[in-house]
Amino acid sequence: MERNPMRRQLQTLRKSLFDQGYLDDQFVQLEELQDDANPNFVEEVVTLYYRDSGRIILNIEQALERKPFDFNKLDAYMHQFKGSSSSIGAKKVKAESTLFREYCRSRNGEGCMRTFQQLKKEYATLRRKLEAYFQLARQAGPVETACRPK
Amino acid sequence: MVFLEGGFSSPRNDAFPAGLRVLVVDDDPTWLKILEKMLKKCSYEVTTCGLARDALSLLRERKNGYDIVISDVNMPDMDGFKLLEHVGLEMDLPVIMMSVDGETSRVMKGVQHGACDYLLKPIRMKELRNIWQHVFRKKIHEVRDIESLEGIQLTRSGCDLFDDGYFLGGDDTTSGRKRKDADNKHEDRDLTDPSTKKARVVWTVDLHQKFVRAVNQIGFDKVGPKKILDLMNVPWLTRENVASHLQKYRLYLSRLQKESDIKNSFMGMKHTDPPSKDSTASFGLHKPMNTMPDDVLNGTYSFSMSNSLAQSVDLKGQADRNRITSVPMAEPKGALSKDISDSQKTKSSQMSFDHSLGSVDSGVSFASFGSTNPSPYSWTNIPEIQFKQEYEPFQPENGFNQLPLPEPSMIEKEVNRSRTEVKPLFDEYRSNLVEHLSPADLVDLFPVQSKTQTLKNQVFNPISATKSSMKTKDISQNCLADSEFAQRNMNAAGIGVPLASLSEDLQICWLQGDGYPMNFALQDFECSEYNNPALIAETPFYLFGAPRFDHEHLLDPTEYFAIDQGLFA
Repeated sequence: MERNPMRRQLQTLRKSLFDQGYLDDQFVQLEELQDDANPNFVEEVVTLYYRDSGRIILNIEQALERKPFDFNKLDAYMHQFKGSSSSIGAKKVKAESTLFREYCRSRNGEGCMRTFQQLKKEYATLRRKLEAYFQLARQAGPVETACRPK
Repeated sequence: MVFLEGGFSSPRNDAFPAGLRVLVVDDDPTWLKILEKMLKKCSYEVTTCGLARDALSLLRERKNGYDIVISDVNMPDMDGFKLLEHVGLEMDLPVIMMSVDGETSRVMKGVQHGACDYLLKPIRMKELRNIWQHVFRKKIHEVRDIESLEGIQLTRSGCDLFDDGYFLGGDDTTSGRKRKDADNKHEDRDLTDPSTKKARVVWTVDLHQKFVRAVNQIGFDKVGPKKILDLMNVPWLTRENVASHLQKYRLYLSRLQKESDIKNSFMGMKHTDPPSKDSTASFGLHKPMNTMPDDVLNGTYSFSMSNSLAQSVDLKGQADRNRITSVPMAEPKGALSKDISDSQKTKSSQMSFDHSLGSVDSGVSFASFGSTNPSPYSWTNIPEIQFKQEYEPFQPENGFNQLPLPEPSMIEKEVNRSRTEVKPLFDEYRSNLVEHLSPADLVDLFPVQSKTQTLKNQVFNPISATKSSMKTKDISQNCLADSEFAQRNMNAAGIGVPLASLSEDLQICWLQGDGYPMNFALQDFECSEYNNPALIAETPFYLFGAPRFDHEHLLDPTEYFAIDQGLFA
């Protein structure tokens, strides 16, 4: 049991991210990749993700402003976005992406728009949580090993 | 380098597949970063690329600079499948596709376009750890392709080695199977990829021969797909077909050379006497020889000391043989190495030959050769056999350069030209050949030899081949140079018909059997320049930082006379 109170807090926060379905096992994979050579690997990857995926979100938004919807294009964008989100284990975001793509395939514009809004919410929520997590991690100090969620 | 450390402490065991050179192509920077880290964790050498066209230019720039390509399917500038096709055609590298989309149709498309695997994102470490198998597999097949092409040629020439029973392992069924597999492979090629736009070329033996002839005519150094294509004069063949085949061929030769280099390095290390070497030496020696005593094998190696010596031997004729016979069989390593260098230096004198004979205490019992080789050239064959066996024997042999070469002029040429280069090549060549061939394959090779009347003794090798393949790291470089040399020499010399009909390489190899290889070995020995810069020029890609990828890994212990040296341990 972690004695350091900050560490404990960090672990609790981390666990909640998994328990609440924000993150999946891919995040753990990232943690396992983190080492002395790349001590901030996970944070770097997440930062990169948000920077790059933000661009895709913008593209989708613009595409959704053009009527009628170009579903193929929307699907292609979302395919890209989904792939990116899978890289950090953004579970809820990924689920919304999949749903969006299904609506694209069934040519359901309404469904697309609705799902996209939900997706953006999840996307933003995750970002907040991860930012808090990394901040706490920095304060708590380096952790020796990654703990796997139960 | 393992050899330098004086041990067969195969780094491969723990090294392979470390150093595998991977090119990752993905337009997603997040994934690129993650994959890079993952691959580095696998101890692979990673190069990342965000654009397909950048990847292609990288691949073209550094031919043989990468072992495998991992690419995403969806990329903005080029379809991943298109890239896959290009890579397969131009560079003939294994390509793994990735995507977050795992739909069967997509996966199918990947396979159809030639992907050797299709990974779904998110990708796990364990999936990446195993990608080396695709590199390995491809190498085995490449070698088999070419060797079977040449092996088929050999079998056509007819060989009675099978009957001799010299062939160790006596796996006629295996060889039969192997040949069948090779044949099937060629047949299959016709049928595969029905859905791909480009029809695959079936490289038949005849076609391959034309190819090799063209390559040799042009000169291995200056060879290029266009030139080869023009010379071959096969209307339906495309430049891409030739390029791809050339790639494989180069790899094949490099592998042979690597082994040769390794052997050379062993030879060169007079001072080092790694215990493992000893063990392997004896290992190799004993293994294949069912019918021939080990010492005989050792002796044969020594035959190849130098062309000049060989020639002098020829002159001496029987006398020499007798003399050789008297040489006692001693430990291959050790003292002989010194002699070897001496003989190398002396290049042509009978004197040196005698001298070396005298000084060779390795007790090569040539007498045994005589007994086993009824043909006048019998003992030329022997050296070859020995070659295949072991690096070890090479060292000592130097004293015996007297190879009764059927084509003295040829020898001379070779000697003069490529003293340092030729030998390793041949040895390596042979060992490589052996290595990659199952015993059955080896048998296939023999027929050619018999044609040249030297073959009888070719037999043994498979085992030795494995040995030679062991530490091939730098040898390939030499091998390649050597093979080229040998090829040129061969061509120039106009070796006998049977040889001519074979690919240059094979011819050379067989000549080696006549003792050429030995000579080269000695020459190399003298130079101790396994890493001769000139030779290194064409270092096979897999040598780059990845010694572990050489042949030894291609050895299939279950297939060949697996040397139980813990190669794969």
